[in-house]
This record gives sequence, structure tokens and C-alpha cells, in this order.
Amino acid sequence: MSVLAGKELRIVGFLCNWCSYGGADTAGVARATQPTDLRIVRVPCSGRIDPLFILRALLHGADGVLVSGCHPGDCHYAEGNYYARRRLEILKQFLPVLGIDPRRFEYTWISASEGQRWQLAVTKFTQQIHELGAAPAFENAEKLIQIADMALTALRPLGTGQHAALADLKKAIVEKLPELDCVIGWQQSYDAAHSAPLFMRKPEDVEKLVWGPLNVNNLATYLPQYKGKKVGIVVKGCDSRSVTQLLQEGLINRDDVVVFSMPCEGTLDMARINQALGAYQHIDKVAYDEAGVSITADGKEHRFCMVEYAQGKCYSCATPGAVLADVRLGTPTPVTGTPATPPELALLDSMSLSERFAFWHTQMERCIRCYACRNACPMCVCRDYCVAESRDPHWLTQEDTATEKFFFQTIHALHLAGRCTGCGECQRACPVGIPILALRQQIARAVAQTFEGYRPGMNAKATPPLMGFTVEENNIKEKDWNK
Amino acid sequence: MITRYFPADALTKVVASLADERRVLIPVTQPAVKKSVIFAPFSAGMTVELHKASVAPKEAVLPQCETLLTYSKQKDAEDPSKVNLVLDDKPQAQPTIVFGCRPCDARGFAVLDRPYLDGPFIDPYYQARRKQLIVITQTCPSVGTTCFCHWVGSGPNSTTGSDIMLTAIDGGYVLEAVTEKGEALLAGMKLEDGAPFMDKAKTARGTVEAQLAPAPDLTQAQEKIAARFNDNTFWEEQTAQCLSCGACTYMCPTCYCFNITDEGDGVCKAGRRLRTWDTCMSPLFTREASGHNARMSKAQRMKNRISHKFSTYPENWGGEFSCNGCGRCINNCPVNLDIRAIVLAAINEKGA
Ligand code: SF4
Ligand code: SF4
Ligand code: SF4
Ligand code: SF4
Repeated sequence: MSVLAGKELRIVGFLCNWCSYGGADTAGVARATQPTDLRIVRVPCSGRIDPLFILRALLHGADGVLVSGCHPGDCHYAEGNYYARRRLEILKQFLPVLGIDPRRFEYTWISASEGQRWQLAVTKFTQQIHELGAAPAFENAEKLIQIADMALTALRPLGTGQHAALADLKKAIVEKLPELDCVIGWQQSYDAAHSAPLFMRKPEDVEKLVWGPLNVNNLATYLPQYKGKKVGIVVKGCDSRSVTQLLQEGLINRDDVVVFSMPCEGTLDMARINQALGAYQHIDKVAYDEAGVSITADGKEHRFCMVEYAQGKCYSCATPGAVLADVRLGTPTPVTGTPATPPELALLDSMSLSERFAFWHTQMERCIRCYACRNACPMCVCRDYCVAESRDPHWLTQEDTATEKFFFQTIHALHLAGRCTGCGECQRACPVGIPILALRQQIARAVAQTFEGYRPGMNAKATPPLMGFTVEENNIKEKDWNK
Repeated sequence: MITRYFPADALTKVVASLADERRVLIPVTQPAVKKSVIFAPFSAGMTVELHKASVAPKEAVLPQCETLLTYSKQKDAEDPSKVNLVLDDKPQAQPTIVFGCRPCDARGFAVLDRPYLDGPFIDPYYQARRKQLIVITQTCPSVGTTCFCHWVGSGPNSTTGSDIMLTAIDGGYVLEAVTEKGEALLAGMKLEDGAPFMDKAKTARGTVEAQLAPAPDLTQAQEKIAARFNDNTFWEEQTAQCLSCGACTYMCPTCYCFNITDEGDGVCKAGRRLRTWDTCMSPLFTREASGHNARMSKAQRMKNRISHKFSTYPENWGGEFSCNGCGRCINNCPVNLDIRAIVLAAINEKGA
């Protein structure tokens, strides 16, 4: 019988073998009364706890999850819990954007001798969960439709890049081409209002290269597959951050890539452009000026101003010039001010927890599990061996429930923690328009807040925050069970 | 064939009356910054708008995920030492109408019918759904930038795979039965006779037909693409852009490959066998249990996709392409890879 009034709830505990499991044992031997809602899973070390264990439990019916390991400094594997602390903290800050109450998850440190502390922690946590009540089930979430307001103020005037030194860039590429396997850039796609990646192998291919606000693809996505070969890549500022991040992780070699860059003046949100163009048969004309693009389709002219139609990321872009480049042409417009919260995330911020749950359920239902989001992501490098389709580990079934689909999005977001540069390709690639970027943006915000403003993809020599630790963490507070 | 007419403002009412007796899948616009249109069951309160869907309605016969069978173990009431295996493999099917798909979507059903129903094995799950399906197709009101239906034997007014054609005319819609199934349904609908409006419908159809640009000659495609089989450089160059995601095949009205997985609720407990969409663009599609993969590179996978649609399917099924020219794989591809360009390059034809 539970010592707390009322029915038992489903609480999962992940306890490290050496300290906390011992602590729970000590409490048991001392016959300390404890609530019985907790189901314990013993793990060798808190460092073994994949945040996905916790998320999976929470999405599949757990009302609360408690993680406990050795006190920092006492890890039986020296530093496992230091890494765990960072991961678990980011997870805790991630939960709210999903619509999960962060109080449903706590992590703590309890040693084998601290039977009393264990008793206190488990009693307090169980109480906390009982106050919150049974967790709402994702599958039962109501329908909720809300749309992000994409109108933002840019940190610099956006433009269409028509004065960029495209001719010089082409010349530079032709010069370098003989020593390279290929140079990746952009070309016109199926019509003049759309672009596609271009792989330049011969000088005549370079003629097809275009530069302008239609160049939305982040070409860094292609680089890891060329590892070991020498290739060139044309980058916008944001793309260069992905290149930097790939270098940081050793997924490409610095000597093997030649980075060509020109200052970016912003790119267009093709989702909104396509929406405005509607069904058309022919593009008659695409005319650029400083402020925007005029596209004439089937005789009808549509005007797209950069201030109104840029991609969400461009408004808050602080790196219009490449972070790293071998061939740099032109100087970017200076950036002033601090970036606003990205529009997708601002929308989620404005909702209550239950609204967020409902929002995501409504959105995820239409996911077709094509994994375009994953494959477009420059930092998603397991690709052919992604856990989404693996049977061992068996994180996901092939069922087309919103829960399974949503769980994949949380996997992707968590695997990108401290690595995602916010390029937005995942969301742009989604053929059914699910605003999944907000999940990555929340993690990026949590990482920046917790690790002194860390931004992935800015410095190839930096240690990614989740691959390191400090003995004393400035911004991570231990749970105080006496409060 | 029977024809019917109803005024434009009665569209939702007509769909609602059909939905009284069966599931009616209609194109529903999903509000988001990037809007998409997905087929979903009509329910009271919805307003019907006939936009071209982002994802083809193949869901009606081949759901994204279906349970092929469930099993459980039950103790024998008479003999407690015995455990009986209870197996349920009854297809889950219900009478369904797909309302307002496009001719390219409808032709998809005809393409799927051949391997699922006309080959040496009949797929009982597919068959159960197909038998109870009525397809009401809207003739295309306009041609899109990525449309190429008329290259591959379809067209904005093609009736292949449809039971009833729906044509928008000034102020209303004309329904025209194509099959007996369609005729039976129309006969039971209390609507005005369509005959007086047929001329207008034909004019509307003709106007769209006239918008089509001349189609390139694909008569040699089957042989010419087969002849490219060992041209690795060709396939590598054509596929460089591809991200191997599979969006193209999931959006496609004719892609019909599936995967089968078993999910158990623990050892010796109940479980189920699932069939889900699969994609030949994924490396997992051909990864064998040994770890060997017959199609390691994306170029090999793209070769399969293009060859299947334009060479091996026609070889097996009387010359018909398993591509309807709907263009979804072009404008939904994250890198705008253009299947038309690959096919034309493969057969050395210039585009129209
Ligand atoms: S985020 Fe910056 S660099 Fe990237 S496309 Fe937008 S403006 Fe250009
Ligand atoms: S998760 Fe999305 S935003 Fe982040 S790096 Fe990957 S594609 Fe870009
Ligand atoms: S791209 Fe969109 S539809 Fe495809 S798996 Fe990702 S979220 Fe789902
Ligand atoms: S949708 Fe495009 S990128 Fe994805 S697999 Fe198909 S062709 Fe390749």
C-alpha cells in the first residue's frame, strides 16, 4: 500500500548500481517507510542513462521519472555522472516545449549510505507526482491548430544579393576545379522560381551556378559522404556554421574541403512563396531588385519583399558572412542588436503545457515518416544506421501513431543537442509542413542558457558542451529535496 | 453513362450525404506556415475544398500502417496444461469513397491493382479494401508546373482508375459515371440530371487539355532505360543531389512497396504483425540479414526507382508506366530533384 493517500501512480526510477541503488537498499534495510509507486530500473552508471529512456517512459504512460546517481565527484567510473548531469539538465529544459511538465522528471545524487536522503527524495518526488496527478496521454490530446507569425525585424537590412561578385566566384571555382572532385553550389531547378543543388565537375557546369535568395538548400549536408575526397562548397553564412560543426566533430577533414563564400543577404521562405504562387503552369519572369523579388507566373505578378518573405532564421541571423572560408568575396552588412526568439519557438512559448501537447499531436498525426527532416539535416550523420528504423535497439515501432512519430522528433532533437546550428533544413524539408524546428530551437536555447551562450558551429576547435563537463557547473542547480 | 449536376454551393452537402453511409476521404488542407493537403475522412462541420493533395490517396487501399494479424495466447478452459494460440488475420476494410482526387491519383489505383490483384498472388488485404472503394475524380481545373501526366499515358481528364468523373463548370459540378460501380452510386443520388451540362463540362475539360505543352516521346523508354543498367556514371551524376529520404515514394500514387514487422507485448504475450509503407530510396530496403546490402549507394537505389517506374513495371504489365506524372516527387523533394529530367537524360530526349 502506498503511504500516500489515493491510488498509486506510475513512476519509473533509473538508479545507478553503485550509489543510488545502494542508497535505496540502505533505506529498505533500515525499514524506512517509502511510497511504493516507484519501479526501479538499475543501470551501471547515471552516465548510461540515455535521455531517451526518460522520454520514452514519459511518452508511453509514466507519470514521473526519477533519475539518481552517485554524487558528482563520486562516480565509480570517475566522470560518468558529470556527463549525465549536463544531459539530464538539457532534457529537463526540453520537456516543456513538448508539453510535458518538467516537474514530472527530476534527477538527483544519492550515495549508498544515504538511506535517509533516499527516503526523503522518493517521498517528496512521489508527492510531487501525486500533486500533478496522472500524466495526460499524448494520443488523447485534443486538436489544436496554431500558426507561427513569421513577421520579424531583421538584425540588418535583407536584400537579394544582386551585387554579389558572382562572376568572380565562378572564376575562383573554375581555377580550383582541377584539384577538386566537384564543387557544390546551386542552380535553377524545375523552373526559375526554384533552385536546386548543383554539382560542378567540369568548367561548363560552373556556368549554371546561381546566387540569390532562392538558394535555400544547406549544401553542407552533402559533405560527409565525400569524406576522403577533395571537394569545394559554396556557402551562405548559416551553411558555414554547419561546415564548422562537421569539422568540430571530425566528420570531414579541413584539408579536404575548399569553402567558397559570399555575404548572404537573406533567403526566401519557399513554403510561403509557393503558397502565394498557388497552382501555376509557367514562370514567365523572375525579376530581382534590392528589396525583393517579383515573380510572374501564368501572367500574374507576385511581389515578395525580403522583409516579409525571408526564412525565419534570416531575421535573427548574426552570421551573414561565413564563419570560415578559403575563398571569400565581398563584405557582409554589419549586424546590430540581439536576435529575437525564433517565430516557431515564440509560438510554442505562448502556449500552456496542455496546448503544446495538443499542438504537437495535431501536427504529428500527418507525419508520413519519410525522414526527409533527418536526411536534410547536415548534422544527422548516422543516416543509414538511424535508430528510427533499427530493431535493436528497438526505440520505435513502425506504427503510424502520433506518439511514435513524435518520439522520433524528440530523438532527432536530442541527438542534435549542442550540435544543431538552427539551419532549419529539417523543417524546410518536411513535405507536409510540420513545424518541427521549434523542438531544435528550444534545445539550442537551453544549451545557450546553460553553457554561457554556447552556439554550435561557431568554432571548430571548441568542445561541444555535451561532450564535456566542468566539476562545478555554474548554471546547473542540484535538486534540493528539503524545499 | 449516367450524369448528374449539382450547384457549386452544394459541394459540402453532396459529400455529407455520401458520408452518411461510408467513409469519404476528401482532400483537407492542413493549416501551417507550409500548408499541405492530406486526404482525411469527412466529418460533420467540414467544408469541402478540392485542392490537389500533397500526398496521394493510396492510403485508401494501402494504409501507411495496417495490422495484418494479431495473436494472443489463451489457456484452454478444459485442459489448463494447454495454451491455445488465437490468431486474427481478417482484413480491416470498410466501404470508402475517395472524393476529389485527380486523374493522376486515380490512375494510381489502376497501377496498384496489377501487382496486388492481377499477378500470381492476390493480396487479400488490398483486395478487401479495393472491392469496397469508389473513386470520384475531379478532372484537373488547371495544369501545374511539375505536372507531366500526358507524357506517361494519363492526362488531366483521364478516367483510368476512376468510377466517376467530376468536372467543375461555371456555377456547379457535373458528375459522370465511368464504371458500373460509379453508375450504381450516381443512380442512387438525388441530384439533377447532368446531361444539359455535359457540353459545358466538355468545354472545361478541353480548355485544360489545350494548355498542355507537347509531350516528349517516351515510347523507347522501357528499352533505353534497361540499356542504361550498367551505366554507373550516369546514375551517379543524376543522383548526386538526392538525400535518400524517401519523401518521393511516400507521396507517390504508384509506389507500392511495403515492409512487415512484428511487435509483441513481451515474451509469450499478445502481439501483432504490421505492414507499413517502405521506400526503395532507403538503404534499409535491400539490407539483408547477413548485413550485405545489394544497393549500397543512392545511385543504385535511384536506378531502381526510375527503372521500376519506366522499364521493369512496363515490361511486366503490358507497357504501362508506373508513374502518373503527378509531379509530387518533384515539388515535394527537399532538393527539387526532377524525375522528368532523369528520364529524359536516360533516353537522350530533350524536354518539351
Ligand atoms: S540565416 Fe543568415 S546566412 Fe543563412 S540564409 Fe538566412 S541570412 Fe543568409
Ligand atoms: S536539426 Fe534542423 S536546424 Fe538543426 S542542424 Fe539539423 S536540419 Fe539544421
Ligand atoms: S519530414 Fe515531416 S513527414 Fe517526413 S518524417 Fe520528418 S516530420 Fe515526418
Ligand atoms: S524526395 Fe528527393 S531527396 Fe528524397 S529520396 Fe526522393 S529524390 Fe531523393
